Amino acid sequence: MKNKASGKKKSAEPDASEETWILKLYIAGQTPKSSQAFDNLKKICEEHLAGKYLIEVVDLLKNPKLAKGEQILAIPTLVRQLPSPVRKLIGDLSNRERVLVGLDLQPAAKIVK
Amino acid sequence: MVRKKDKKKAFRMDLEKSPTGIQGLDEITGGGLPTGRPTLVCGAAGCGKTLFAMEFLVRGATQYNEPGVFMSFEETAEELTKNVGSLGFDLDSLSASGKLLLDYVFVERSEIEETGEYDLEGLFIRLEDAIDSIGAKRVVLDTIESLFSGLPNALILRAELRRLFRWLKKKGMTAVITGEKGENTLTRHGLEEYVSDCVIFLDHRVTEQLSTRRLRIVKYRGSTHGTNEYPFLIEEKGMSVLPVTSIGLNHAVVTERISTGIPRLDSMMGEKGFFRGSSILLSGTAGTGKTSVSASFVDAACRRGERCMYFAFEESAPQIIRNMRSIGIDLEPWLEKGLLKFHTERPTGYGLETHLLTMHKLINEFKPAAVAVDPVTNLMSLGNPLDVKAMLTRLIDFLKMNQVTAMLTNLTSGGAALEATDVAISSLADTWLLLLDIEIGGERNRGLYILKSRGMAHSNQIREFLLTDLGIDLLDVYVGPSGVLTGSARVSQELQEKGAEIAREEEIELKKRGLESRQKALEAQIAALQAELEAGNGDLKKMMNHENERQRRLDEEREEMGRMRSADSLSVPESARKKPRRKSGKGV
Repeated sequence: MKNKASGKKKSAEPDASEETWILKLYIAGQTPKSSQAFDNLKKICEEHLAGKYLIEVVDLLKNPKLAKGEQILAIPTLVRQLPSPVRKLIGDLSNRERVLVGLDLQPAAKIVK
Repeated sequence: MVRKKDKKKAFRMDLEKSPTGIQGLDEITGGGLPTGRPTLVCGAAGCGKTLFAMEFLVRGATQYNEPGVFMSFEETAEELTKNVGSLGFDLDSLSASGKLLLDYVFVERSEIEETGEYDLEGLFIRLEDAIDSIGAKRVVLDTIESLFSGLPNALILRAELRRLFRWLKKKGMTAVITGEKGENTLTRHGLEEYVSDCVIFLDHRVTEQLSTRRLRIVKYRGSTHGTNEYPFLIEEKGMSVLPVTSIGLNHAVVTERISTGIPRLDSMMGEKGFFRGSSILLSGTAGTGKTSVSASFVDAACRRGERCMYFAFEESAPQIIRNMRSIGIDLEPWLEKGLLKFHTERPTGYGLETHLLTMHKLINEFKPAAVAVDPVTNLMSLGNPLDVKAMLTRLIDFLKMNQVTAMLTNLTSGGAALEATDVAISSLADTWLLLLDIEIGGERNRGLYILKSRGMAHSNQIREFLLTDLGIDLLDVYVGPSGVLTGSARVSQELQEKGAEIAREEEIELKKRGLESRQKALEAQIAALQAELEAGNGDLKKMMNHENERQRRLDEEREEMGRMRSADSLSVPESARKKPRRKSGKGV
């Protein structure tokens, strides 16, 4: 699975397979939506990126300035910091298919199936 | 200031207003935009929404000490800064001093994947942070509708926008939200449903290749406002709206009179000239001397040390100066002293409203006491007569309000009735001078008369109007059995009259002399007769003396003889003889 994922991007970054995925989840306080998003994200990551990912939860209520830097409007927003390019996913990540497409994990998912 | 005013009127109008600082807009809205409420500014692309919003913030920050947040969804902070820098807004220094905060919100659809339920809390947090960091009182969201193209779920977006506007209101932000015009709606996504306190519509329309910007207040909840479409202009110093149609007929009036610059014309108007602050219409066909009259009017004003503004739509300033020098009017010194200012422009360069605004702006800046518009009819080409008339009405109103004496020249086209102005503005003018061509004896001469002059006695005579090296002169025209004579016909008529007079004088002289000589002859005759008479008298005396002598001698002889004869009979015959002698003496 990891191999397939890296294989997809081989032309761009051959070493990406060794890279740790850095995912930032922007939330605004502990709302049902944000905890739901975190749970969904964790599930997907465990499934597809076991041991290779890092989730950072950013609470904008505590750090409002960060909203400007990352151009965050919607809450919750998931930003795939690494591997590049940066991708943004908005919503509570309940639509699994879309999350996989958004994170560029789709081909792997297909092969798993 | 406005707030104080509002408080005074609190029982009548409790709506607080925040002045925009945009020229003219605060007059139409009666003080500005509703404080603490969102205002929707909508219009098509390029109508000036962003500029409106930016000026609202900048003026708020600089003039009313109300810091503002500009949240842009279309242009980056750098672009905005550069774009409005041309209008003299220095966003960098305002940002540095914490009076303005630019926040560029970037939404790229292709980078965003929607994966479920979400809200726009991020935007709220961001905005709140921006507001709190500078203590903002004003907020601009430009153009929030672009979120519709950036975020996929319109339903969520609508709900969130509604929440956003409510939230802004709760925070007490005076907000301007811009929106692109939709096909049949004010905004493409129906923002007017959410922002309903005040809606301002901007329009940029092109009629007959001329563009005009107009502003209309669609609604203003809880406040009266001007409902018309007001022209506005985007110029070097920002926006300005022209609420001229709201001006009533209540200009102050003075009785001061000012010279026309032509002494004879002054005397035609009761020796005093025009009223200060009146509007003078000067109409005439081509080449009748309209510009010359205007120039001498301007010259006279400058001579009094008053500021003057000359709007020329036909000639350039140097050309006017050169041409006027030929009739002895030198405008250049006034120009150098800064008393006179020319504004020359092709009428077709801008639309009517732009012209009007430019004139307003210049007059407001320069504050002239007198203005010449030469010719006002050139603006005719810029629109239909109704528009032109409306514009001129506004111009005249504006000038009167400011007590600016205005001379407007009106070019009457040949063949048209002389006493009709093309734009039917004669009724607006206080004084109407008519310059006309008089064609007699194979030459054209200029004439001038006062068709009307409100509130003063004025001559009803046509004067011949002469352009001399020393300026303008007015002469009496010859009105005789053969009609009105001017030019050389007048001169020859005058010569003829002079000749006839000389002849008459000579005749009288001759007659006088004849009479005198006859008188002398008669006197001589009288003298001769007198002499004759005297001579006759002398003879008579002599004769009488002689006779007396003879009588005496005779008496003596008789006495002698009587003595010689006898003395006793002497007394009787002597008295009898004396009586007839006396009688004969009387008879002579």
